[in-house]
Parts: sequence; C-alpha cells; structure tokens
Amino acid sequence: MSNAVSALQGEVYKGFATVADVGPSGMIALRGDLGAAKLKGAVKKATGVAVPGMRKAGFAGDNGVCWMSPDELLILCPYESAGDMTTALQEALAGTHHLAANVSDARARIVVSGGDMREVLAKLTPADVSAAAFVPGDFRRSRLAQVPAAFWMADDETVEVVCFRSVARYVFDILKNAAIPGSEAGFMGT
Amino acid sequence: MLILHCPYCGTDADETELAPGGEAHLKRFGPGSQDADFEAYLFARENPMGVHFERWRHANGCGKWFHAARCTTTLEVFGTYSAQTLDPPQEIRDAITAKRPGWRWRDFA
Repeated sequence: MSNAVSALQGEVYKGFATVADVGPSGMIALRGDLGAAKLKGAVKKATGVAVPGMRKAGFAGDNGVCWMSPDELLILCPYESAGDMTTALQEALAGTHHLAANVSDARARIVVSGGDMREVLAKLTPADVSAAAFVPGDFRRSRLAQVPAAFWMADDETVEVVCFRSVARYVFDILKNAAIPGSEAGFMGT
Repeated sequence: MLILHCPYCGTDADETELAPGGEAHLKRFGPGSQDADFEAYLFARENPMGVHFERWRHANGCGKWFHAARCTTTLEVFGTYSAQTLDPPQEIRDAITAKRPGWRWRDFA
C-alpha cells in the first residue's frame, strides 16, 4: 500500500501570519435532507457533533461538521477514521435518500494562524471576514483569488481553509504571498 | 458591482462569487413541439431596459441556482428568490411595483 500524503506535504510558511498545511485530513461529504431526524441522529452518533445551522460549523474533539449548502455537510475527522465513519453513516442512513462519501483525498486543508490572519484572508476573498461578521463557529464558502474555497475559524487567531487538492499549491502560494512580512494592509484593525 | 442575496445560504454574494444563468422563467418546448415554439425557446430572449428576471448560481458558495429580479439600467436589485418556482413570488412583484409602477416583463406585471 502506498502512503497517503497531502498535496503540500506539510509545508509551512511564516510571514506576519503562519500558513501551514495540515497534512492528510479526513473529510466526508454527506448529502441528504439535513432537517430529517434520522440524518441528524446519524451525524450526532458518528461524529459527536450536532448538525450545525446555516453557514455554521460545529466541533467536538477531532471531529467537525460544516454546513456546505442546504443539503450538504462536510464532516471533518482524523484521516484514519474517515473510512469507518463513512461506513457507519451509510449503515445508519440505509433506506433514506442520501450520499455519504469519503472524500479525504479530494481536498487540501491549510491553517492560517496569527493575530493578523484576517488580513491574509481579506486580501483574497470577497467575503466579509471582519471580526464583526466572521467569528469562530462561522463557516463560509467563497473564493480565494481565482478558485473556490471554504474557511472557518478554529479560534480567534486561527482560520482553517479547505480547497480542492488540484489547486492546493495555488492556494498555498497566494496565502503565502498575502502573508509576506511588511505587506500588512492594517485594514482589519488587529 | 452586483451584490445578490443568496436565498439558500443567506449570504450577500458579490458578482465574483456568482455565475450568470441567463433569462429566468423560460418554458421548455422539447420534442414534438411546434418549430416556432422550439425556436423561441432556444433563441428568443428578452433584452429589456429596466426590469429583468435572471437566473444566477452561487458558484463559489453553496452552489445553488436562484432567481433574481433587477433593473438592467440602474443595476438596482429588487430581490432574489428560490429556483423552485415558475413565476416570481408576490413580494418580489410588489417590490418592483413600488419602484417601477406599471412595469411589464413577458407575461408578468
């Protein structure tokens, strides 16, 4: 068996904010009726996290559940447990219209940390990432420069970004470029 | 810059997050229909100065299609609404009437 590696292989850049590849990370795409009790129960049982509301993300330990669209969730978990969790979801939801797929290798997960991490994001996305509009617990799908990406805040100084694996290098490089020391715009007031 | 409120994920998405989907509320004429109807379905489009109805997709966001009512001359947006409808909801029509009394677009008024 070949070893699983992330697209960026753990690369780290330290600018005025730190941009770092998280490495292999478990992700499950779950589609279905998010309002259904059966799906809510299955997600809670598999991840320990309740289905979050619109544009929210919930976390418990190593697991997270992110609201992607009115009928889609992105479940985050350790890379090794994604397979078992996918099977558990599929078994729990058998008989209902749903899709649960292990998409761990489909995306790259990058973490941007540091007091000025909002500056880095704000340079690249049209989404409002000010402290008034974007706080821990929020989840936003938008774009970073020319490609789609989603991001959420792990805490007040850390934002995590997911993008497709095929554009991982591009996203890492634009984040890196936005975090070059001396390029702080000072606009986010941090 | 056009900013549309996505009715599915509740964000005010700017134009760069969206993909345009052309004119809204087209009625499909498929196999077995009259040639004139099929031609109109394929090619005949409104090109108004003023009130217009369009389809948009929140491509760099939740990925959902939705409808938007806006003015082509001022870029004013009257409102956005669900894609699961065949005609504009009453509150959208009322919002347009308040700003553009006597408006007409295809069969809607």
